Amino acid sequence: MTDAEAQPARGIDPRGPRVGAGITAVLLAVVLALGPGTTATVLLAVIAALFAVGSVRGAQGSVQGLVFRSLVRPRLAPPAELEDPRPPRFAQTVGLVITGVGVLLAVVWTPVAAIVAAALAFVAAFLNAAVGFCLGCELYLLIRRVLPAR
Amino acid sequence: MTVMVLLPLGLAALALLVWWVLQRRAGLLRAVRPGEATVQGVTLGAQRTLVQFSSAACSPCRQAVRVFTQALAGADGVVHVELDAAEHLDQVRRLGVVRTPTTFVLDAAGRTIGRISGVPTPEQAATAGGLR
Repeated sequence: MTDAEAQPARGIDPRGPRVGAGITAVLLAVVLALGPGTTATVLLAVIAALFAVGSVRGAQGSVQGLVFRSLVRPRLAPPAELEDPRPPRFAQTVGLVITGVGVLLAVVWTPVAAIVAAALAFVAAFLNAAVGFCLGCELYLLIRRVLPAR
Repeated sequence: MTVMVLLPLGLAALALLVWWVLQRRAGLLRAVRPGEATVQGVTLGAQRTLVQFSSAACSPCRQAVRVFTQALAGADGVVHVELDAAEHLDQVRRLGVVRTPTTFVLDAAGRTIGRISGVPTPEQAATAGGLR
């Protein structure tokens, strides 16, 4: 990769996506605690919509990102360094796919599908918030090997 | 509902355990099997060449570049090269690269003597560069 490609247009506070992932993890934990049913599926659909916003606008443009900027960040010191916004944005798309498929299968097949999807998304969001693990980073190359860039 | 509350807690504990186990392997310089495919198309350093396969959406790749750059600063003859995995899919498949960053350590003759999966510690990066 050339240096020109590696340089992001603007960096974002790397703590933002992690705090956002923590908020998402809490919402997903509620879905899991509710158990299979209409309420859980509806809540999962709400979470999927949040991921959709993040997929389009980036993690920093998501509702969770807004919460971070307005409530959390003013209480923190400035970030030591900024990060490329593209990986967190890709992670939002991964979340959208997982939760979106869960909602779809819950509607056309069984409500348990929403719980399974929520469990997968919860693990990814929790690990991202807790230890900074990036599931999207792990998946990106595997997806690229199957679908080369146009 | 009480039982279901345990589900996210149990998942969180299990996820942390699995992550911890995998994390111990990250950054380790693993020796390659004899006959393992070689990395092609890079200009070799005089002593060692570190070829890092990276992806666009990959925060750990940026971290690895920083760690290697700092660890290898001032080390003559040791070169760190970064390749976009998406632009070298043929090598990615041939070498069995499934995640980024994956960094191959080549000797002066270009033979692969090890590979590192994930972000190394500064000590691991220095070892890969033959500095300790």
